[in-house]
Amino acid sequence: MSTPNPTAPAAPPSDSVMITVDGVPMKAKKGEMLIRVTDANDVYVPRFCYHEKLAVAANCRMCLVEVEKAPKPLPACATPVMDGMIVHTRSAKAIAAQKSVMEFLLINHPLDCPICDQGGECELQDLAVGYGRDVSRYAERKRVVKDKNIGPLVSTDMTRCIHCTRCVRFSQDITGAAELGTTNRGEHNEIGTYVEKTVDHELSGNIIDLCPVGALNSKPFRFRARSWEMSQVPLVSPHDGLGTNTYGHVLRGRLMRVVPRANDAINECWISDRDRFSYEGIYSADRLEKPMLRMSNGAWKEVDWQTALEAAVNGLKGVPAAGLGVLAGPSSTLEEYALLQQLAAGLGTSNIDHRLRQPDFSGDAADPAMPTLGGAIAEVDTLQGLLVVGSNLRLELPLLAHRVRKAARAGASVAFLNPAAFEYLFEAEQIVVDPARQLAELNALVSAAGGTTVGNSVADVTDRHRRVVESLRGAQRKAIWLGALALRHPQYAALRAAAQALAAATGASLGVLAEGGNAAGAHLAGVLPHRAAGGVARASTGLSAGAMLSQSLGGYLLWDVEPTADSLHEKALASLKGAGYVVAATPYATEELKSVAQVLLPIGTFAETSGTYVNLEGQWQSFTGAALPVGEARPGWKVLRVLGNLLGLSGFEQNSSEEVRDQLRSQVERSAAPISIGAVAAPTALGQARVAGVQVYQADAIVRRAASLQRTREARAPRVVYGAGAES
Amino acid sequence: MPNSGGTIIFSVSGHVAKPGNYELPMGIPFAELLEVAGGMQGGRKLKAVIPGGSSCPVVPAETMLKTNMDYDSVKAAGSGVGSAAVIVMDETTCMVKVLERLSRFYMSESCGQCTPCREGTGWLNRLIKRIMAGQGRREDIDLLVQVANKIEGHTICALGDAAAWPVQSFIKHFRHEFEYMIDHGGRSIVGAQQVAA
Ligand code: SF4
Ligand code: SF4
Ligand code: FES
Repeated sequence: MSTPNPTAPAAPPSDSVMITVDGVPMKAKKGEMLIRVTDANDVYVPRFCYHEKLAVAANCRMCLVEVEKAPKPLPACATPVMDGMIVHTRSAKAIAAQKSVMEFLLINHPLDCPICDQGGECELQDLAVGYGRDVSRYAERKRVVKDKNIGPLVSTDMTRCIHCTRCVRFSQDITGAAELGTTNRGEHNEIGTYVEKTVDHELSGNIIDLCPVGALNSKPFRFRARSWEMSQVPLVSPHDGLGTNTYGHVLRGRLMRVVPRANDAINECWISDRDRFSYEGIYSADRLEKPMLRMSNGAWKEVDWQTALEAAVNGLKGVPAAGLGVLAGPSSTLEEYALLQQLAAGLGTSNIDHRLRQPDFSGDAADPAMPTLGGAIAEVDTLQGLLVVGSNLRLELPLLAHRVRKAARAGASVAFLNPAAFEYLFEAEQIVVDPARQLAELNALVSAAGGTTVGNSVADVTDRHRRVVESLRGAQRKAIWLGALALRHPQYAALRAAAQALAAATGASLGVLAEGGNAAGAHLAGVLPHRAAGGVARASTGLSAGAMLSQSLGGYLLWDVEPTADSLHEKALASLKGAGYVVAATPYATEELKSVAQVLLPIGTFAETSGTYVNLEGQWQSFTGAALPVGEARPGWKVLRVLGNLLGLSGFEQNSSEEVRDQLRSQVERSAAPISIGAVAAPTALGQARVAGVQVYQADAIVRRAASLQRTREARAPRVVYGAGAES
Repeated sequence: MPNSGGTIIFSVSGHVAKPGNYELPMGIPFAELLEVAGGMQGGRKLKAVIPGGSSCPVVPAETMLKTNMDYDSVKAAGSGVGSAAVIVMDETTCMVKVLERLSRFYMSESCGQCTPCREGTGWLNRLIKRIMAGQGRREDIDLLVQVANKIEGHTICALGDAAAWPVQSFIKHFRHEFEYMIDHGGRSIVGAQQVAA
């Protein structure tokens, strides 16, 4: 221990330093890379290999700048700032270095911009304007590199590659799958997969955006449009509860492609392949383009909207209120949910639900106002302890799994309790037990933590249980999540109660990763048999989705539901077939729907309507319609509004989706719905301990129709049912 | 010897009678080192020396014969002791061909990581090959120097600099050999002199 010298001048209070860039003083954090400081101060230094989310490689040399007292120009991306550093980014020496690098980059580049999809959004093209020469001095033979086939999503034109290794660093550091690397040296250096194989990680599409040139591009989008012809419209991805921010690029009303919209609080600058390529499903051949009516002879006929709506209204009026069931998918907009709930209430029924794949509703009374993560999405990065119960996380919520990977790499202990082992690409403790033993196993953890178990089936407490509990206890920031495999478990309510007991005993937060893009919105709007709009408890509870699907009601209104694929309920089809009258509002005209419905109403997908999604964090994100609806399809909220009018119901006077949203928002603000999960009496008896798995590209109707995604390796994985009678 | 104490192992190669490794005091005159290595092969005339390994600038005979082999003196002669791998070349050596050989070495040794070296080393080598194939243009000589200058100081590791230095020095001292070859459709000045002799 040294005694502070009272006469010595006080040390600078912080680790900040001052540097001068192009004559302007700038404050910076000591040791921070120079390019971060210049970026933060709006001084642009050209770069190719640097990317703020990737490790520094400093291989392109485009960012060379002059630093006083340094003998050579230094790369801004790899030069830590030091106090008093004097930097010139535009001096003769700096510009000469930058122009040199640009000339080298261009000599072997094919300069085939006119036929390159990157044209117009190419970093090489952009910088060549500022740093390139008019005429090439390179008269030698140019390099040609053989293209690779890395799968159905990413096209390669490897002659265009400038060897920045962004794609390589992405696959090594961000996904951890290490699918790409470099082979050969010198000018024969190539990017590839070593042995010929596809790039399969569920986030791989991001290399398309990362690649500064046209070496890696979108295969489905290849040669479809030029970047400058399209308009860019903000969208929210509807395939999981994260609320991933995207842009839709639209040409003459058609959604041509989807790219990330950076939002550090949600998806950073990434999107999953599902978010990126699902748009193909919007334009599948089986889109319902006109309203259709089943004739008395059983044949289907296209009709105009008026005829179809009148038929639907008469049909619905003919169903006794108690016998009417309203089923919605979990990925519609908040506005559709709000009006659907209002419509059901107007028709006098509480039989309304969106939880199509959930088998156990015994915990409904204890439900919180909506399922949430239990914390901010961005904070997942800093979790130190995490237990996930029942989730194939990478495929359910790819970008949430990415954040968990970041936390794990920063030292968090992550444990999974699942019916199967999954590949996570980070270190995780995987407790794998048959669905029949999930509750007992979770109870063992509760018991190891000294909590109150749920029911009396408790597995023997082992060191592993104690280890998981201790790592949760020892962590400051910790969470327990229930995933889709828990939600689809026949004892979901008990699992949730046990998870809650464990959370209480360890001080962890509890999150529920509900399926679909807008489960939270459906909850808030009251698309539930036990809660009305704003999460207010209903006076009399209606039938749950499970109850509505396991028996035939008098009639059904199906809102964006593909009965079998969306519910996985074995009786779904038979129950609907036995109904007196079925109205199906759907983007797709499937044989299955035609076999159960009397009227088909074409509604727009997420990209063809304005609306709002509420994510797992409770964030409301609204967007305007991006694409024109296909055929005569109409945004769902408009269809519901007209249906309400035709049914003579009050409260259907809104002129915009914003009005619908704002009405619901004030209802939500007024309501006093519980925020946390209530208690559960006793676990439901375990009938059949089976849990259905859902492939990542089978999640919803749009994804199931996205042709390129269906050609991936992941799409070829067989569908799995975990538990007795199925494989264990 | 203020900056160069003790001995050093000279690895003498090229057109000497007895190539090999010789441990000698630093600062020994080059002329003496040449004698230790058996003198010039076949009694031919010395043309040039690369005193410190292939990446060091080449030094013409007249200068080299007046230079002592210590750090300061070799630096003053425009090169470096470097690894002390002394490459001795006699009057039959075509300097264009030597530079082609050296540039080919650096092209193959480039790891390909950083742009200037990956792209520049191949460019240099192709330019020289084209000159040797009789397709050279006078401007190519300056272009060679410019390309080398563009690599120098801009790379991750020293291999880029190593590829640039020989080019700059070969053209500085033996520009006329490049010009001759360009003007004579790829014929070397060396062959021409021998034919004339
Ligand atoms: S393929 Fe693209 S991202 Fe990958 S190294 Fe080449 S230029 Fe960079
Ligand atoms: S200078 Fe060094 S790092 Fe750069 S390509 Fe050449 S050998 Fe590789
Ligand atoms: S951006 Fe700095 S070297 Fe590439």
